[in-house]
Amino acid sequence: MLEIKDLHVHYGGIHALKGISLTVPEGKIVTLIGANGAGKSTTLRAICGLVKPTSGSIVFCGENLVGEKTTTIIKKGITMVPEGRRVFPDLTVHENLILGAYARQDHQAIEEDIKQVNTLFPRLLERRDQLAGTLSGGEQQMLAVGRALMSRPRLLMMDEPSLGLAPVLVQDIFQIIRRINNDGMTILLIEQNAKAALELADYGYVLETGSVALAGTGKDLLADDRVRKVYLGES
Amino acid sequence: MTATEFLQHLANGVSLGSLYALIAIGYTMVYGIIRLVNFAHGDLLMVAAYIAFYGILLFSLPWPLAFIVAVVLTTLIGVTIERVAYRPLRDAPRITVLISAIGVSFLLENLGLVVFGGRSKAFYVPPFFAAINHIGETAVPNLVWFIPLVTVALLLILMHLLYRTRIGMAMRAVARDLDTARLMAIDVDQVISFTFMVGSSLAAIGGLMWGLKFPQINPLMGAMPGLKCFIAAVVGGIGNIGGAVVGGFVLGVGEILLVAFFPELAGYRDAFAFILLILTLLIRPTGLLGERVAEKV
Amino acid sequence: MTRKNNYLYTLMAVAALAVVVAWAQTGLFGLLSPWDAYTVRIMNLCAINIGLGLALNLVNGFTGQFSLGHAGFMAIGAYTVALLAMSPAVKQMNFFMVPLIAPFDKIQISFWAGILWGGLLSAFFGFLIGAPVLRLRGDYLAIATLGFAEIIRVVIINVKGLTNGALGLKGIPVYTNLWWTTAYAGLTVLLMVRLIKSSYGRALKAIREDEIAAQAMGIDVFYHKMLAFVLAAFIAGVGGGLQASLIGSIDPAMYKLPLTFQILLMVVLGGMGSITGTVIAATIVTALMEILRFVESPLTLGAIHLPGIPGMRMVVFSLLLIVVTLFYSHGLMGDKEFSWDLLFSRRTKQGVTQ
Repeated sequence: MLEIKDLHVHYGGIHALKGISLTVPEGKIVTLIGANGAGKSTTLRAICGLVKPTSGSIVFCGENLVGEKTTTIIKKGITMVPEGRRVFPDLTVHENLILGAYARQDHQAIEEDIKQVNTLFPRLLERRDQLAGTLSGGEQQMLAVGRALMSRPRLLMMDEPSLGLAPVLVQDIFQIIRRINNDGMTILLIEQNAKAALELADYGYVLETGSVALAGTGKDLLADDRVRKVYLGES
Repeated sequence: MTATEFLQHLANGVSLGSLYALIAIGYTMVYGIIRLVNFAHGDLLMVAAYIAFYGILLFSLPWPLAFIVAVVLTTLIGVTIERVAYRPLRDAPRITVLISAIGVSFLLENLGLVVFGGRSKAFYVPPFFAAINHIGETAVPNLVWFIPLVTVALLLILMHLLYRTRIGMAMRAVARDLDTARLMAIDVDQVISFTFMVGSSLAAIGGLMWGLKFPQINPLMGAMPGLKCFIAAVVGGIGNIGGAVVGGFVLGVGEILLVAFFPELAGYRDAFAFILLILTLLIRPTGLLGERVAEKV
Repeated sequence: MTRKNNYLYTLMAVAALAVVVAWAQTGLFGLLSPWDAYTVRIMNLCAINIGLGLALNLVNGFTGQFSLGHAGFMAIGAYTVALLAMSPAVKQMNFFMVPLIAPFDKIQISFWAGILWGGLLSAFFGFLIGAPVLRLRGDYLAIATLGFAEIIRVVIINVKGLTNGALGLKGIPVYTNLWWTTAYAGLTVLLMVRLIKSSYGRALKAIREDEIAAQAMGIDVFYHKMLAFVLAAFIAGVGGGLQASLIGSIDPAMYKLPLTFQILLMVVLGGMGSITGTVIAATIVTALMEILRFVESPLTLGAIHLPGIPGMRMVVFSLLLIVVTLFYSHGLMGDKEFSWDLLFSRRTKQGVTQ
């Protein structure tokens, strides 16, 4: 579904991505793991056009994404839950969800989807008219995911959804990801929590300083000695 | 000072204050969305006033039509300024955009000098606005209550726009977080253009009312109101529409009452705004209604 | 290229400049000055603008604190010099509306002392203003400094017993000549070069790049900002004084934002953070200001008579500022500097390729 080949990104003077290639097959969960600064977020930002790649190709369902505006890319069916949730704090929960569907014109279907998000996250319905800034971290994460789903994406990208959440909430989030995936959503996930991510994912890529160091199925990577040592903290 | 006199001053203050408020709203919207002190905003007042002036003088337009044409053209100019002088600098340091805005402001003022000439011109004031009403013993020209009325009406429309429409929601989103707004498939450039459209049309209406209130127009007429209204926006809390209104009133009423109570300080009237600004920045940098705005990195 | 050689070149350049100045000002060995009074006046303005530009660049370019208060400091310097250097008789003629307050109505001190006082007073005001506003950042600082400049102007208009109000002061003795202005520009360049190369200069640049990081490195951010600001105020005050004594008359309307705008244009055009750039740009802008005078004066071509267009020069300059910000935001020099090495190495390289 998503093919990235030899992607290079420069940030100011920094060579952030040094030729990354990866594939996200339809219906699967793919995860990128790696240390801070390995280039995980940059990869996602490049996919949705928030940073311009220097060279390389990003192809989504046969269409080239490099050089397209973010708006266009989102309309093609990609969406991202950004790191740190980034809900709009001075908009209500409901408004946040509506904004998620900003590109869509089918008002009835939008109402339907809001209902669906509310079934997925009943808490959001309770807080419908509350300002998003007043929600707890977990609720904000739910809102961010719900908001992303509102664009009816075919590929959902998530940047560190478990960041800053209590362990019990982290489990919830991972369950939700599983559920969304079971409904047929393709997911590209970045996680610090490498173990949980690899257990969840069909495929995983290990990024190190802007390049892919290892790739394989989630299981294979979990079994890999180096991954166990460096990312799972086992000796 | 008699009560009547005081009421008269107060009415003038409210009238001037609501005019400041109207112009300050444009500043605060633009600042809220791209963190730019749009120096050229004040000069749009002048542009609108001159377009109306020449519309009436050269094309013999009836004044309501001339006013509408002035608002439309000024709005176009405002949007063009953003497109040409600010948008290419979207990723540049904020100070670079500020320099560009200063450049645009000077360009408008000096183009005004070149095209319209430096001598003040008499702005046409329709008899209705000049007509004087007596409320009790207080003599009030129609314009004095008309300006606050227009401000309130526009404010209501603006609030509806911001809080009840799709584009308004998008504007609030863009003001808060540019990248995340982009992720919502919001065309940020379009939203910013729209913001300039709204801001510039408010400036144009403000300029026309300024012309009615002070019917001597000249190419530099926008500079001082521009600065003062930016100050009003800061005093109220920049980026906050309600704050701009409060700031406008504080400044307008303050100025008038200062001169009324201390006539010997009349010469310092223009300094009042700047002193207020500096006090605000020192004591309450977020303004009266403002919340803490994080510096964008 | 050795250090010693560079030193020698600099000395030679200074000597050459001194000869030119002497020649232009008074004639040399019986040779009359090759330039008329008008040209010499422009040379004076160039030199003053170099100093003024460098002062603004010190704050806006090197320290990254965007100030728009330059005109205010120039006004303080100009009025101080005027009040101290004018003779009591001339003062009496000026202050026919409201008499000048004592003791200024009686005193007259030498020009250089007046200039010094102008600079010091301006620096003192820089300190008073800087203390509150230098805590602000970016556009807030810009508006606050602009506000202070405007307050200074309003005060000048209103304190008629000291400043003669909106009428301004006329008949300021013209002491300013090329010796004064060249020395002013030269000393400012020297001061800037020494300052920027010192640890102070590095601290200023660190503050420009990242204030929080600079603070974390142990740099006293406020002290350094204040140092730059006060120094710039001093230089601007001296420049304002020299300019007043060159033009011979001043009034509050001169010290509005357009004056700051002119100096800002020089800084931006030359490159924020380049001494060389400001020197070049100040010269260019000052010269252009005169060259472009023709577009503002009436023109007769045979039978066609074109009226003058006042304001046209500033239209050109505003366009120039916008174009430079949009397309050449680094200006002429970016943050690079002239050096003898650069000059000669380029020449030798060219020689080799040829």
